[in-house]
Amino acid sequence: MWDYSETVKEHFYNPKNAGAIDEANAVGDVGSISCGDALRLTLKVEPETEIILDAGFQTFGCGSAIASSSALTEMVKGKTLDEALQISNQDIADFLDGLPPEKMHCSVMGREALQAAVANYRGEEWVDDHEEGALVCKCFAIDEVMIRDTIRENNLSSVQDVTNYTKAGGGCSSCHEGIENILMEEMQARGESFMPGAIQKKAKPAAQPLVTLETPEPAPAAPAAGGMSAFQRYKKIEEVIEKIRPNLQADRGDCELLDIDGKNIYVSLIGACSGCQMAAMTVGGIQQKMIEALGEFVKIIPVDKAQYAAQLAQKQATASA
Amino acid sequence: MNDIYLDNNATTKCDPLVVEAMLPFFTEQFGNPSSLHSFGNKVGHALKNARKSVQKLIGAEHDSEIIFTSCGSESDSTAIMSALKAQPNRTEIITTVVEHPAVLNLCEYLETEGYTVHKLKVDGKGNLDMDEYKSLLSDNVAVVSVMWANNETGTIFPVEEMAELADEAGVVFHTDAVQAVGKLPIDLENSAIHMLSISGHKLHAPKGVGVLYLKRGVRFRPLLRGGHQERGRRAGTENVASIVGLGVAAELALQNMEHENTVVKAMRDRLQEGILAAVPNAFVTGNPDNRLPNTANIAFEYIEGEAILLLMNKMGIAASSGSACTSGSLEPSHVMKAMGIPYTAAHGTVRFSLSRYNTMEEVERVIEEVPPIVAKLRKLSPYWGENGPVENPEQAFAPVYA
Repeated sequence: MWDYSETVKEHFYNPKNAGAIDEANAVGDVGSISCGDALRLTLKVEPETEIILDAGFQTFGCGSAIASSSALTEMVKGKTLDEALQISNQDIADFLDGLPPEKMHCSVMGREALQAAVANYRGEEWVDDHEEGALVCKCFAIDEVMIRDTIRENNLSSVQDVTNYTKAGGGCSSCHEGIENILMEEMQARGESFMPGAIQKKAKPAAQPLVTLETPEPAPAAPAAGGMSAFQRYKKIEEVIEKIRPNLQADRGDCELLDIDGKNIYVSLIGACSGCQMAAMTVGGIQQKMIEALGEFVKIIPVDKAQYAAQLAQKQATASA
Repeated sequence: MNDIYLDNNATTKCDPLVVEAMLPFFTEQFGNPSSLHSFGNKVGHALKNARKSVQKLIGAEHDSEIIFTSCGSESDSTAIMSALKAQPNRTEIITTVVEHPAVLNLCEYLETEGYTVHKLKVDGKGNLDMDEYKSLLSDNVAVVSVMWANNETGTIFPVEEMAELADEAGVVFHTDAVQAVGKLPIDLENSAIHMLSISGHKLHAPKGVGVLYLKRGVRFRPLLRGGHQERGRRAGTENVASIVGLGVAAELALQNMEHENTVVKAMRDRLQEGILAAVPNAFVTGNPDNRLPNTANIAFEYIEGEAILLLMNKMGIAASSGSACTSGSLEPSHVMKAMGIPYTAAHGTVRFSLSRYNTMEEVERVIEEVPPIVAKLRKLSPYWGENGPVENPEQAFAPVYA
């Protein structure tokens, strides 16, 4: 049985704002019926002020999906659309006094329903390219998609690498077999083979001090992704990175923006940050801030700067040849 | 009001007589059955009696065909790995898509080791295609492993017939019978089944003890090597107290076999009929005409199983579900998927599994409690309108992202 907080239970047993709102002028349908969680959020928005007067939900899903939906409707009522869009999935989870790692996607679904409803109100089309994989590392809630992408981008070849880049496997280590299986497939795909020893080599240098990020301050009102020009979007991405850098520098680390390719944002982690146990916390933190600031789903992908430059040069050479 | 336990396919309550029989083996009867002295000797006798009792329950010809293990999973792994080790030239395995993870995950692992695994498909009621099975039996097959009864739906497979076919083809046949033993009469002496797995805690014995039945003459390679326990076929000092408990449980299971197939079955039938009469858009999954007497798996359309279980739990009723959320996976139960149950129903399946400890009063209370729970959740569901599912539910609500 899941370890649900009392607040989750309360919102599940006695959900607030259940049902569709009459005279709703914003509707957001999100979720996945194959995964067993889906949500329709209906809002009544006052056109002059864009204040959410009323909110209602209909949810097909588990206890925490229903609780997250209920929490979301409570949180958005009385807010303007722009204010509401600042609510992150972590805010929803916090409102519920936390969710088990396997259930964090319920809060993500809540946030996405809100985005979809706002897009619907504004006559925009909301596209979700959020890809969710099976949870591999339960200690740090890292899924298969994240691990696979990071292995590919960085040509990783050991579990230790994967832990350094994504944090997956850095806790209880019982997911190492799962990570190895992913590594095996990915390495085979690039024509290499995975040949580890049964135990890891000793004599690692002492761990670097942990990099802690300040609690994320709410990002400025996020206009929908479609509302931003490529230049504005670039500036915004740069702004987020610049805001984070002093924190990293304080811990003798740094972060540099290398490239933007659609939803993939490539960064290089420098100094104390690169390879330290908390690198992924940094990556995860940056990603969360970025998503909040841009109002769209993006991936922050840590890469080796020199390697990335070489790859890029090679690509350009082939393109011009 | 007492809580109602309808999750006996997950695990069962230890019978008080089982516990009573076990207790001395934690205190004065502490000897090692391998020892020569009287401390050990008495314990050795207790093991012998337990073995005889299990032998009787499953109709084995010899008591030496009973190997005590630590659990059903160990028995399954031992059986399959033994067949592979004993016949290194054979590289194929036949099993089914609806097996328990104890077999399925092992087979998936063996695939990565180079073995070919044929998973027999099932139809909408969970039945196998015997022609498909026959066509796969060959000299390349090392072992067939097919469950006797499905843990989720209770659907029974014709394992005796399948074993005959395997035997004729010279192929080892193993069955995971953890759900069947104690609920269905079993006569292994007159069957062609070569290996069979039992789990103690499914039949009112404690957790941590299982049995592998191994027909005399079947070539065997142990999974655990070491001491000479279990005639060298399963090393490790015996879990004496639990084995003694299993012996008593087997005796009781034999005594209660008729009760299980009359009284328990009648309670199950009443439960199913009562719920289906009160809840629209609900149906039984699996094959209702050929299943365990204690199991009813009901799909409640347009709602999700974990939510149902949580509300049932609040009312003091324990059952289980095939929804993705109860397991933490991204997909609903592989058994429901294999039968082609649509997602809107597969996530809403609830398994009610009874035992001889349940009463008709409990069943009536569950029949009272379940319909309002379903109604409450349907009121929250985007697929549900005022008095029934919305028109064209799949089109009316088609959320972004798959």
